Amino acid sequence: MTVQDTRRVAGMAHLDVAPATPAKPAGKPVRRLPVQKDWPTWAIVTAQLGILVSIVAAWEISATTGAIDAFFWSQPSAIWRTLKIFFTEGDAWTDISFTFRSTIFGFLIGTTAGSLFGLSFWWSRNYAAVVQPYIICFESIPKLALAPLIILVFGLGLVSKVAIATALTFVISTLTAYAGVKALDQDSEKLFYSLGASRWQVFRKLVVPVCLPWIISVLRVNIGLALTGAIVGEFIASQHGLGRQILYAGQTYDIALVWVAVLVLSTLAIVMYATVSWLESVLRKGTRQ
Amino acid sequence: MPVKVHLDHVGMAFTTPSGTFRAVAPMNLSIESGRFVSLVGPSGCGKSTLFNVIAGLLQPTEGHVLIDGEDATGTIGRVGYMLQKDLLLPWRTVLDNVILGMEVQGKPLKEARERALPLLQKYGLAGFEYLYPNSLSGGMRQRAALLRTLLFDTDVILLDEPFGALDAQTKLQMQEWLMQLWSDFKKTVVFVTHDVEEAIYLSDEIHVMGTRPGRILETIPVTLPRPRARTTALTPEFITIKERCMNLLATPALNMAA
Repeated sequence: MTVQDTRRVAGMAHLDVAPATPAKPAGKPVRRLPVQKDWPTWAIVTAQLGILVSIVAAWEISATTGAIDAFFWSQPSAIWRTLKIFFTEGDAWTDISFTFRSTIFGFLIGTTAGSLFGLSFWWSRNYAAVVQPYIICFESIPKLALAPLIILVFGLGLVSKVAIATALTFVISTLTAYAGVKALDQDSEKLFYSLGASRWQVFRKLVVPVCLPWIISVLRVNIGLALTGAIVGEFIASQHGLGRQILYAGQTYDIALVWVAVLVLSTLAIVMYATVSWLESVLRKGTRQ
Repeated sequence: MPVKVHLDHVGMAFTTPSGTFRAVAPMNLSIESGRFVSLVGPSGCGKSTLFNVIAGLLQPTEGHVLIDGEDATGTIGRVGYMLQKDLLLPWRTVLDNVILGMEVQGKPLKEARERALPLLQKYGLAGFEYLYPNSLSGGMRQRAALLRTLLFDTDVILLDEPFGALDAQTKLQMQEWLMQLWSDFKKTVVFVTHDVEEAIYLSDEIHVMGTRPGRILETIPVTLPRPRARTTALTPEFITIKERCMNLLATPALNMAA
């Protein structure tokens, strides 16, 4: 007997004991709360792996049988071979480290500077009113459109990639920290001032802790943006990096290498995203929000 | 008894696009040291404005606030002020919330905590010292907020409807708790409430306020002996005061109906 069968029998037994269902009022359908049963974890993981394996298998088979053009799409077995070569013979680690450093520096500089800039608006309403239109302007510019200019100014090296990543993350952090400042409860400020607090005390003991959850909430968005900035910078002009690797492979029709670089890049993104998520949960616990 | 707080012709007017709005008519008010004084009145009678003026958070359009005979108009940090909301900081433990006033005044944290701990234990917050405010009930939060106000060592404390949001049962407990604190700490308390019975039960003196503009209609002394039992509310004197207050508070509504 299957699990479901047992349950059905148990349900029937239950019905026997319970009083008969009241007569259904005419024209009124009986509805029950839809109940969704959760699958066990192993079933979910199996399903997930199943999908991955099917896609890879389907890809390999259709490339081998000629259903899709292996020249444009490459195939899993070729990608696997290239991956091994990439790590054993190429300068994989130089590229990974280059992209990683551009992203992290851009993320840190943009997030920190942007958050501080946003918090600074608390100090003066007049200053905030004067500067606000400029921030909104800067926000609406597609920052990536400025990337060629940034490369010209900062050169082909790491600095220009960091600058693009910073430009992408800075505004978001500024606006979010400023939103935190604007949401500050006037009464809490009043409480501090009634205790004779100085502005600096209010800033340190109230404004910063209140805005911290806002600042933390953009960390995950910013790590993604910083990576995008770094890659685009490498696309435009660079001597290293996974972005440059992708561009180079594409230009030489080495599609397997494109996939390898994308794969490595995704892994890097997942690692950084997971780290930032972990950092976020730690910080959240610390701020009790 | 010496006068602790004196309002000398304090008035407040706000300029709006449609003209000048009188929030508080110029008024004189003397509060003696160590007394428990209530302000009772309908919404919009300027109670909160008056509190903000006394706390120095609002500059009155005319008049002066004297504390201990000194001009304290527009100076902050002279009185303890508890707003309607408890305003406990969610990222600080109860203990660290309570010492906020001392901390702002520059007292070393260790010293402030040592001073606060026995008081938390004595006044019903034992076992809650290291918890965060979000795990406290409404009554407990108000206790913490009140202790924070008391530990900010000022002679005068302003309480703006501190029990307004509590259920009836908790409110009674809190009133008794406040009475105990008041007799232990010997502070001058100015208390704002909508609740006439609460005002009579707690106060030495009640100022009944009216609206448009905010002003004091009448000052009613409460001479009921202390400590007061709950049953005091059934005595003829209590009922007489209550009746007087209710009549005063009802008048504007009748005027509006006419």
